[in-house]
Amino acid sequence: MADMRVNLCGVELKNPVITASGTFGYGHEFQDFYPVGKLGGISCKGTTLLERPGNPSPRIAETPSGMLNSVGLQNPGVEAFVTELLPWMREQDVTVIANIAGSSVEDYVAMAERLNDEDIQMVEMNISCPNVREGGASFGTSTAMIEDITSQVKRKLTNKPLMVKLTPNVTNIGDMAAAAEAAGADAVSLINTLTGMRINIRTRRPVLRNNTGGMSGPAVFPVAVRMVRDVYKRVKIPVVGLGGISTWEDAVEMMIAGATAIQIGTANFRDPYAAIKVIEGMERFADEQGLSSITELTGTLNEW
Amino acid sequence: MRYTQEYTTLVAKDELAAGIYRFCLKAPAISRLAVAGQFVQVLVEGKQLRRPISLAGIDKQAETITIIFEIRGEGTDRMAKFVVGDTVDLVGPLGNGFPLPDAKHPVLIGGGIGNPPLLPLAEHYGNAATVISGFRTASAAILQEEFAATGATAVLCTDDGTAGFAGFTTQALEAHLATNPCDLICACGPMPMMSRLADIAEKNGILCYLSLEERMGCGFGACVGCAVDIRDENGNIKRKKVCTDGPVFLSKEVVR
Ligand SMILES: Cc1cc2nc3c(=O)[nH]c(=O)nc-3n(C[C@H](O)[C@H](O)[C@H](O)COP(=O)(O)OP(=O)(O)OC[C@H]3O[C@@H](n4cnc5c(N)ncnc54)[C@H](O)[C@@H]3O)c2cc1C
Ligand SMILES: Cc1cc2nc3c(=O)[nH]c(=O)nc-3n(C[C@H](O)[C@H](O)[C@H](O)COP(=O)(O)O)c2cc1C
Ligand code: FES
Repeated sequence: MADMRVNLCGVELKNPVITASGTFGYGHEFQDFYPVGKLGGISCKGTTLLERPGNPSPRIAETPSGMLNSVGLQNPGVEAFVTELLPWMREQDVTVIANIAGSSVEDYVAMAERLNDEDIQMVEMNISCPNVREGGASFGTSTAMIEDITSQVKRKLTNKPLMVKLTPNVTNIGDMAAAAEAAGADAVSLINTLTGMRINIRTRRPVLRNNTGGMSGPAVFPVAVRMVRDVYKRVKIPVVGLGGISTWEDAVEMMIAGATAIQIGTANFRDPYAAIKVIEGMERFADEQGLSSITELTGTLNEW
Repeated sequence: MRYTQEYTTLVAKDELAAGIYRFCLKAPAISRLAVAGQFVQVLVEGKQLRRPISLAGIDKQAETITIIFEIRGEGTDRMAKFVVGDTVDLVGPLGNGFPLPDAKHPVLIGGGIGNPPLLPLAEHYGNAATVISGFRTASAAILQEEFAATGATAVLCTDDGTAGFAGFTTQALEAHLATNPCDLICACGPMPMMSRLADIAEKNGILCYLSLEERMGCGFGACVGCAVDIRDENGNIKRKKVCTDGPVFLSKEVVR
């Protein structure tokens, strides 16, 4: 049988399948379906320095082959994450990736300091959030902001690898990835959600109480594949691919485009076993293809 | 185990009123775990998100559950096209259900498609219960025989007066309270109705539970999509999840 392990900037994952931030809670929600220790890793719900109530409801809207969400980072804060939620995760023999978010560089730096000595394997930095000081533009939309925040967080996060999660709401995602790499990022993950909107034609009101939300699900998959391919060509650090993956075939496609590992998000809602089915399908495919290691797929795209 | 994913079989289907369907599903695992007030998430072909539907019946001996739903949009329209013998992919049972406190004179109040989840409650309280069901009009009224069969006193209300008490459930409740004791109210229906009921309950010092609805991503606590504002004992407002903290909340906790 093919070796399913992958090495993601020094962290060994059992397999390349990670569950995506915000779609898998803190793991225990899925424990009734399967032991979460079977996963390559869990990226936890985005954590902020202090507790956040998030946006008012409705926060969910269905779209063709996808969904919009405007949860707005509702979470109990980094302290509660470490003391109340992490201990259970630590008992599950699973790679834990802490996903951090904030509204100022100082927020991110403070969280990096807080998490540096905790029993987590990696930090994923969500830079899709608005930078309050820069007039609310997302940190992830300018190379200057990405370099600044990445280098400052790296300075404090000395014991854990840093994965920068890129937003697709940019003109050139390759430039953004290169900026993160130049500032010391150990890996990049992409894509976060695409900003979207739905309108109720009778009330002429947006369906989401927040007006706009982040689009995810199968509809965004081709965009994600193209972006992972662009980024893979630009940087040397590992790329984690996500956005719309719902089958093992999608996961294999994403690895061929350049991903070292992949994440499953929205698909977990429709089929709680989605991530397990992806792992099993990839195993079968690797054997059928005669691979000795699943890593042999990464970046093997043969472009026209 | 709290909940599971199960491929159930549709064993009986009927249309209770125009556009309102009742499914009886063979669901050994879910029926074993289920209690009154919980819900299931129904997979619909061609739709990304599952549809939350309350349990309207749990038969642990027969290993079946009953759900009753109204066509509201594309998802429920596709659900209505299932035929007997089809496999229906469910996740459940989800949510916490009604707490079922001891009560001598419980009043269960349903508005429209909020009535079905009250059936298991009526079965629990039997003759002691009064069920006040409100519908737009006589032809939309459902479950009156089923409520009566539990032993409960069934009070039918229609907005347009075409059957039973002419008026809203809130008016029927006020009329009921004028001459009858009541120590518990459980309600499920549109928010304006439940909000008014909560006012009446509070004014009369009656314990009152409301079953809330919100749009859901997962149904089991992982996405935080289904948040509602809930007030704790100290008056602090927190965002709670309808799926795992509810869907049933004390009326005085619900921020209206
Ligand atoms: C806990 C709970 C229990 C429910 N029990 C029942 C029941 O027993 N019988 C019944 O007929 N209906 C019930 N509903 C409402 C039912 O889920 C919606 O009518 C249904 O999801 C509409 O789907 P649609 O595709 O037909 O409509 P669309 O409007 O096309 O749906 C679009 C999206 O919005 C969501 N949505 C739309 N209306 C609602 C709503 N009222 N509540 C939550 N999500 C909604 C859908 O799930 C879907 O994701 C319940 C809802 C909740 C939250
Ligand atoms: C309900 C929901 C909540 C999310 N919350 C977060 C979050 O807190 N932090 C984050 O980095 N990404 C968050 N995401 C984005 C996902 O992790 C992922 O990047 C995106 O949904 C694309 O992948 P998918 O199509 O497989 O879901 C969220 C997505 C959804 C649907
Ligand atoms: S629906 Fe996902 S947390 Fe409630």
